[in-house]
Amino acid sequence: MADSNTPKPSSSVKLVLLGEAAVGKSSLVLRFVNNDFQENKEPTIGAAFLTQKCNLPTRTIKFEIWDTAGQERFASLAPMYYRNAQAALVVYDLTKPTSLIKAKHWVAELQRQASPGIVIALVGNKLDLTSDGAGSGGDADGAGAEDSGDARKVTTEEAKTYAEEEGLLFFETSAKTGYNVTEVFTAIANAIPETSLKTARGPGASHTAGRTEEQRVNLNGPRDPNAKEGCAC
Amino acid sequence: MARQAEAETNDDGASKVTSPSPSPPPPPLPPRRKPSGEGPAQVAPAQAKPTTAVSSIDISTLSFPDGSRGTFSTNAAQAVSAPAASGYVTPVGDLADSMSIMSFAPTLRPHGDLASLVAGGLNRKSRAWNMLRSQSETVQPFESIELGALGDLAGFEREFDEIPDNTADDIRLAIWKSKMKHYMILSSAGKPIYSRHGDLSLVNSYMGIIQTIISFYEGANNPLLGFTAGNARFVIAIEGPLYFVAISRLGESDAQLRSQLEALYMQILSTLTLPTLKNIFAHRPSTDLRKPLEGTESLLSSLADSFTKGSPSTLLGALECLRLRKSQRLAINNIFLKSRSEKLLYGLIVAGGKLVSVIRPRKHSLHPSDLQLIFNMLFESGSIKSGGGESWVPLCLPAFNNRGYLYMYVSFFDGRTDAAFVGEAAQQSPESSHDSTSENNSERASNNVEDEEEIAIILISPDKESFYDLKEMRDKLAAQLTKSGHLSLIRSAAREGRPKIQTVAPGAQISHFLYKSRANVQFCMSSVEPASAAQTAAAAPEPSGPEKLLTHRRLMTLYHELHASMHAKYAHLKVLHAVSEDAASLAWITPIFEFYCVAGPNVSRAAMAQGANRIIQWAKREEERLFIIGGGVF
Repeated sequence: MADSNTPKPSSSVKLVLLGEAAVGKSSLVLRFVNNDFQENKEPTIGAAFLTQKCNLPTRTIKFEIWDTAGQERFASLAPMYYRNAQAALVVYDLTKPTSLIKAKHWVAELQRQASPGIVIALVGNKLDLTSDGAGSGGDADGAGAEDSGDARKVTTEEAKTYAEEEGLLFFETSAKTGYNVTEVFTAIANAIPETSLKTARGPGASHTAGRTEEQRVNLNGPRDPNAKEGCAC
Repeated sequence: MARQAEAETNDDGASKVTSPSPSPPPPPLPPRRKPSGEGPAQVAPAQAKPTTAVSSIDISTLSFPDGSRGTFSTNAAQAVSAPAASGYVTPVGDLADSMSIMSFAPTLRPHGDLASLVAGGLNRKSRAWNMLRSQSETVQPFESIELGALGDLAGFEREFDEIPDNTADDIRLAIWKSKMKHYMILSSAGKPIYSRHGDLSLVNSYMGIIQTIISFYEGANNPLLGFTAGNARFVIAIEGPLYFVAISRLGESDAQLRSQLEALYMQILSTLTLPTLKNIFAHRPSTDLRKPLEGTESLLSSLADSFTKGSPSTLLGALECLRLRKSQRLAINNIFLKSRSEKLLYGLIVAGGKLVSVIRPRKHSLHPSDLQLIFNMLFESGSIKSGGGESWVPLCLPAFNNRGYLYMYVSFFDGRTDAAFVGEAAQQSPESSHDSTSENNSERASNNVEDEEEIAIILISPDKESFYDLKEMRDKLAAQLTKSGHLSLIRSAAREGRPKIQTVAPGAQISHFLYKSRANVQFCMSSVEPASAAQTAAAAPEPSGPEKLLTHRRLMTLYHELHASMHAKYAHLKVLHAVSEDAASLAWITPIFEFYCVAGPNVSRAAMAQGANRIIQWAKREEERLFIIGGGVF
């Protein structure tokens, strides 16, 4: 993600991560910003502010990322972070159904209170704990995953359906393996409208599909739901 | 550990001690007892008496007009007759030094400083004995403890290991019981809140027992403060609806354990504030406090572990500063003040857990216990450091105001990469320094060796919306510090580490010291390293992790014992010299400072006292470098 020096229009995008405690918000950010992963990372206190650039063919997006703590007692501070945010990553843990419920609450709150044009991505993290793991993600749908007796408790189907209903970008990721992490941020970057006005999510999302193809060739699965999501809009 | 303890005045050397006020009027002489038949050379050490048994020595105390106290042994009258015949001449280096203890007893020695006061019978031994001693003085503290015979600290290296989840319950319980230190927090309704070791399913029943015991005494309006079971000491602190229990086999005093529990309570208040805590339990006494405290277990544990490892800062209730030249500190303070944002309450620069600079409003000062919580969060637990980037943390500083939150902006400077940067090009715009942050983070995270040098800027504001103001201030400050070269100065000072005894007082036989400036509530200490390396010029191998941990704990246990003896109620001790099989130690308290030091077991009291004197003179000389006096005020 190093900054190439080609003069491209550059813009800052405020992005906020929300979600239950211990779903892997900070790990996603750490993977995206430093391409690093820490086992047993200690909980975030308050919020962390990080920046990372994302190069698109036509422009450079500088993400100003607010990585918030998931604990209940910090919830009252959340508006401070999502106010004026152009993008939000709502994260849940694939192995913990209650975290999806919490994610839905955050989506509802964002839709009610955040800027109208906010781009929201729903991200199911910890794909490495499921049998489809990294690399083969998307091949196995919810039903198959459950048969194999892995740690997955939230089916891709369920979350994807919900994301489509609400008009969200949707990804399943693993911060541990790095699977799909950059793709989430690239998709968001693409989905941000040139004129930070009303979202034109459809074209943005399909653009994403093409873009990720360029970056990584062996991605087959979770991009498809994303593209479909774009069409569904 | 058989040890002999002697209060400074229990032998012939001295009659009394007074505070180092410039030229105090000689206080009245202590009441004289009728001289007994003991000769001055007849030293009968209180063998095998524990250090704390100061009462075994008949000590009387006298208050002086300047508010200090003197302690006198009852055989003081004989001091006069102690001649200089021993041939021992105290090298009194600096007579003008007001820090040295002066004797007001008529004595043949012209300048009775501490060294001569405690120069006891040891010096009157035969020449052969003295020569033998000179050989044995090179024995380092704890050196005699052989590997494998760890005594009280057997298994300490496994103290911080997790109890495995996947083994049988009885094995887990055995591991749990083998821990030397436990901290437990529970609600008065008996709900477990926190336990340092073991998950709650394991310790739940013990929590129940503890709750029953405490409640029994509570019910009788006779609160239980502590009790001993086997070799473990239980200390209980009750704070409103919360019970705090410390269980220790490390030999700390009740007061010391209680101050550790107090710090854990402060951590809880820092998370919740006092009104919130009260509210929670006022509405539902059976509330499970684990939920509201979720995510702070690591903070409690890192705090607890720093106590178990032995924290000089907690022991002395003081802070450690980075040693800097006065002019440099002043310049940093001024840069800090110049870049100040309107929203700022407190500003701190901290390098590796040592304070570099503070700016504060005139009417507020910072409390050490609050800073301890911040330092613990930043440097001991990984919560903030591991995240990278900048942090914005709501927290309550209970000693400042336990009723509300402040907001803390934290930014770490990068490790090595940044240092090279600064060295090459002093010019760096805030913009570029900021952009480099993200790239350098990974390097820092993977490089823990740099911990000692980590520099953090901490900006605290009462306004929760002030993040961007403070961030701007940080960028301005960082640019200025880099440009003026002060950043690299701080970094090299941090890299230098703590002062070494051999530079402070060359030739002194002391192995380690702690010096607390009471007025500044700050302390300094020497670096912990095998002094033998310096003395024998043989490159001692770098002690491995567990060994280092053990050495540190032994040292801290000794300091805890000394501290407990000095601060025992009604003791009013001024100077204490204690010798055990493994080490000799000396404590010395005046209204200005508290001084503790450790030497090898065979180092004579005279040599120790002489070394102590030199270190204290050094600390006096270096006061404005070692300590922050006032800080930048706005």
